[in-house]
Amino acid sequence: MTTIETPAPQPSGTLSSGSRLFSLASRYGTFVAFLVLIVFNIAVTPNFLSWQTLNVNLTQVATIVIVATGMTLVIATGGIDLSVGSLMAISGALAPMIFMGQFWQVDNMAFAVALAFLIPVVVASLLGLFNGLLVTRFAIQPIIATLVLFIAGRGIAQVMTNGNLQVFKNEGFQFIAMGRIAGIPAQVVLMIIIVILASAMIRYTVIGRQIIAVGGNEKAARLTGIPVKRVKLFVYMISGALAGLAGLVVVARNSASDANLVGLGMELDAIAAVAVGGTLLTGGRANIIGTVLGAFVIQLVRYTLLANGVPDAAALIVKAGLIVLAVFIQQRADRH
Amino acid sequence: MQTLLRPFAIKSSGDLARIGVILALAGLILFGALRYDNFLSPFNILSFLRYNSMFALIALGMAFVIITGGIDLSVGGTAAMASVVAALLSPYHWAAGLLGGMAAGFAVGALNGFIITKMRIQPFIGTLATMLAAYGTGLLLANNQSVSVSYDTGFTVIGQDDFLGFPIPAWIGLAAYVLGWLVLEKLPVGRHILAIGDGEATAGLMGLKVERTLAAVYLASGTLAGLAGVILASQFGAGQPTEGVGWELFAIASVVVGGTLLTGGSGSVGATLAGALLLAMVFNILNFENGLGWISLSAYWQSVIRGAFLLVVVVLQAKLMARHRAI
Repeated sequence: MTTIETPAPQPSGTLSSGSRLFSLASRYGTFVAFLVLIVFNIAVTPNFLSWQTLNVNLTQVATIVIVATGMTLVIATGGIDLSVGSLMAISGALAPMIFMGQFWQVDNMAFAVALAFLIPVVVASLLGLFNGLLVTRFAIQPIIATLVLFIAGRGIAQVMTNGNLQVFKNEGFQFIAMGRIAGIPAQVVLMIIIVILASAMIRYTVIGRQIIAVGGNEKAARLTGIPVKRVKLFVYMISGALAGLAGLVVVARNSASDANLVGLGMELDAIAAVAVGGTLLTGGRANIIGTVLGAFVIQLVRYTLLANGVPDAAALIVKAGLIVLAVFIQQRADRH
Repeated sequence: MQTLLRPFAIKSSGDLARIGVILALAGLILFGALRYDNFLSPFNILSFLRYNSMFALIALGMAFVIITGGIDLSVGGTAAMASVVAALLSPYHWAAGLLGGMAAGFAVGALNGFIITKMRIQPFIGTLATMLAAYGTGLLLANNQSVSVSYDTGFTVIGQDDFLGFPIPAWIGLAAYVLGWLVLEKLPVGRHILAIGDGEATAGLMGLKVERTLAAVYLASGTLAGLAGVILASQFGAGQPTEGVGWELFAIASVVVGGTLLTGGSGSVGATLAGALLLAMVFNILNFENGLGWISLSAYWQSVIRGAFLLVVVVLQAKLMARHRAI
């Protein structure tokens, strides 16, 4: 797994059996939970082992994973990004407006579709940059800095669309959600590419190491010459851009864009995936693969409950318990 | 030297922000009074107070939590769940609805306190989880739909009627704020809460009962959110399991606009009330402006303006703090 931590090596001999349990649970807990869920479903849920089940779960988890990857990077620097859901709404509102010719006459559809991919993602990343500027320039706590766009962002999307549902049918644009590449849904391919790129960045690039260093000990990072502010700006931009991308996937999947609903509650799902996936919420770690597993666990729990007739509301309670348990185990393991 | 000066700097910048919010509120009221005919009409004032008391209650609890250096994201979900509990119990007796709703809030507060003080999970993530759990419980109890309250037991009086010419929710809010002010400014526990916000470890070394105080603060926040849920159910005649989304953010914004620093250790009950009223006033004025017909801003502008407001305030707060730190 791509877990990279600020070094805190400890001889395993000094660990008591209790704390060893916690450290084992923190390292493999999410994976074990994932396996248990799979085995349980194979045994209990009818038709679990089918392409359709796989497809449903993969397509539903893809947007969470895409957003949660950005969230992992932000959290690794010790920050948080509450604005992701609202940014999804903005980008989801922008794209159809572009290819449906609400801003300018569409003469060349291919070009318009290309812009419908490009512009919303750029706008979302600029809004991410705005978050980053509030955090770095004005030293505003991330939870408050991103609260601004959390509140205002959805309003902006609603104002742009006047709160109306935008219904559309556009094969080129909807390829991102409906298309298949080598039989795999396009959004799943997108998710895999993003996860691989992010993991590689954390592991092999300077900026990746700098992200971990900033979250591990900001003061030390600054003193060693790491451009702390630039690193933070970068992660908030990435988080914004990925949220924008996820917004495109969601509206393309629905053939409609509803600014009131696109990305609603996504910040919670993403944070939950990161927490369950084993990235410490205090920063200094970025476990991208863990986040993916975390997202899958949350998705599978929900699917398991729904497929077995448990109401969605109960799934919320289970998700809450899962988050608390995961963070509790993480912190216990970390303290020893 | 810098660390020596810091507490003073933060306190004085907090004071500046508090004066600022009260001036801004006064300015906004003056603007409204001069510009719109019916702005100061009894009808507008009373309905303003009736509707916004719920938010003021939640902001009060949030202020206490934030002063300890924490945060309570569960208040919106708690209010939604409490509104369902209150609606379900309202046919038995109006007091059953009232106490049941408050008890539901109390329970979430107790759970928050346990998660934060015993399991040592960050308030942010712990209350995020209980928010989900509270919504889930509310939806389960309500069977995914709104639950209408009983109109026979007098339960709706709580949210809809007046007492001595003022809406009952406003009286409840006033009582809560007076109590909150007494606790923070006049009772020893208020000093303890401030000390914990300044530094938990130090407060513990001074012999303060950190865990118990923290748990009490989350209990208070939960119970106030429960009370807000009761008012919600009573005022609109239904327990609403999907209401309350974003209330926590409104409450946080009120507290921040009121000059309370999110880092904890300082804060004011009165300025929080001013902050909550200020944010609510923005909508009130927006409604009037729409009524004039010069502009036609949809309701969606409200959240944009709310966000812009929060932005201006936090940036000003940050600038003030930076200046004081530099001196």
